[in-house]
Amino acid sequence: MDRGNPPVKGRGLASRILQGDIKAASRLMRDIDDEVEGTVEELKLLYPRTGNAYVIGITGPPGVGKSTLVDRMIELLRKEGKTVGVVAVDPTSPFSGGAILGDRIRMQRHSTDDGVFIRSLATRGQLGGLSRSTHDVVKVLDAMGKDVIIIETVGVGQDEVEIARAADTSIVVLVPGLGDEIQAIKAGILEIGDIFVINKCEQEGADRLENELRLMLEMGSKRPDGWVPPIYRTEAIKGEGIKELLEGVWRHRETLLEGEGHKRHLRERARAELLEIIQAEVMRRLLEGLGEELERMVEEVASRRKDPYTLAEEVLERFLCQGTKSKG
Amino acid sequence: MERKIRVLIAKPGLDGHDRGAKVIARALRDAGFEVIYTGIRQTPEQIANAALQEGVDVVGLSCLSGAHNQLFPRVVELLREKGAGDVLVIGGGIIPYDDIPRLKEAGIEEVFQPGTPIEEIVNYIRKRMEERRKEG
Ligand SMILES: Nc1nc2c(ncn2[C@@H]2O[C@H](COP(=O)(O)OP(=O)(O)OP(=O)(O)O)[C@@H](O)[C@H]2O)c(=O)[nH]1
Ligand SMILES: [Mg+2]
Repeated sequence: MDRGNPPVKGRGLASRILQGDIKAASRLMRDIDDEVEGTVEELKLLYPRTGNAYVIGITGPPGVGKSTLVDRMIELLRKEGKTVGVVAVDPTSPFSGGAILGDRIRMQRHSTDDGVFIRSLATRGQLGGLSRSTHDVVKVLDAMGKDVIIIETVGVGQDEVEIARAADTSIVVLVPGLGDEIQAIKAGILEIGDIFVINKCEQEGADRLENELRLMLEMGSKRPDGWVPPIYRTEAIKGEGIKELLEGVWRHRETLLEGEGHKRHLRERARAELLEIIQAEVMRRLLEGLGEELERMVEEVASRRKDPYTLAEEVLERFLCQGTKSKG
Repeated sequence: MERKIRVLIAKPGLDGHDRGAKVIARALRDAGFEVIYTGIRQTPEQIANAALQEGVDVVGLSCLSGAHNQLFPRVVELLREKGAGDVLVIGGGIIPYDDIPRLKEAGIEEVFQPGTPIEEIVNYIRKRMEERRKEG
């Protein structure tokens, strides 16, 4: 696969990944997550080979059955002959910095299938936000040639919204009996959900939830592409309703690809991604340049000897004006 | 940024008790590790593939069914076949003392008996990871 122009930079992971080396892919994902220097060089090499996968985001409150749904979706997608990548994100404990990543338990039966690659990520407390490394891991799966990539995230915090924005189709999962919670979470989710799922629909309250949800969706603002988010009922544990759900995803894809919406979607995504990378990189370089000085500044603000506005201006002037050259 | 330690905890074999494995998983999380828990009744193939895809540093195997002599070495063998022979494999559960030398020979680098204080396991993993990082 060598195109005559061997990469000078990087550690050769990208070319190995493009040749189907699983170990190299896994290694690069690790480097992305650990923010190892030089990782972007590999990503630059992979980038031209990305953009082919269809990305589905799945988010919702804890325990609603997201992983079980993913497991069932993998099952169906594989039957359709599609290869699948999964990125399952779970929160890092703010106390220890550790995490238990348990989404995989529900999907383990697919781990011996060569057409499936599942990766668990912890939110960590990264500079560029969780979304940065998630997006890059998705890029790797994309370059590996996965047809469909599913991103599972918990909750509906800012991070999840960011991640969902990177998906072509975002699925929000709810369950009956959430009660007033739905009120609390509606703000963020109504806008990001392209498709809503009522899982555990065999449980009492599914009708009520569907009615409430429909009402809220009707009150929400109209989408520019005319898409009206459908509501599906599933019983993931039994595999019920998954086929219909996937059909809904493909219908949403058609809507995306048809109209002007597609170009706009691509542009919005490109803008968000570019800004995010710039933001993360500026922060990284600033902090690198500041080093120990940061703590001194923090101390000055904390003891109210200086105001944070002046200090921030000073820092920005110093670094942005003189340029922030760094090997990165 | 400092590299996090990633550990896969898996239960090969047919026994369905995973309380011990879960306790270990939580303790490792509290020690700051990222723990991927794959649940009970895992085949060596499932475990090795999960370890490969998850890019872990350590695989912790727990087995109560008595089949450790077949299952543990098989995991090591598969990891090596898949180019992930650098993963540290450790074991626990109900393992007769006499079996330990054979397991170590097969590449299970340490075997922890029930009742081993968790800190001992945490310290062992930390120490081994430091050694590896120094080796590059
Ligand atoms: N009754 C019922 N239980 C279900 C259904 N789908 C999943 N579950 C159960 O719900 C529990 C949580 O399922 P998961 O798939 O782990 O849920 P999740 O949303 O991924 O959970 P987190 O990732 O921890 O937020 C498990 O015990 C599942 O077996 C369903 O349709 N009906
Ligand atoms: Mg889950």
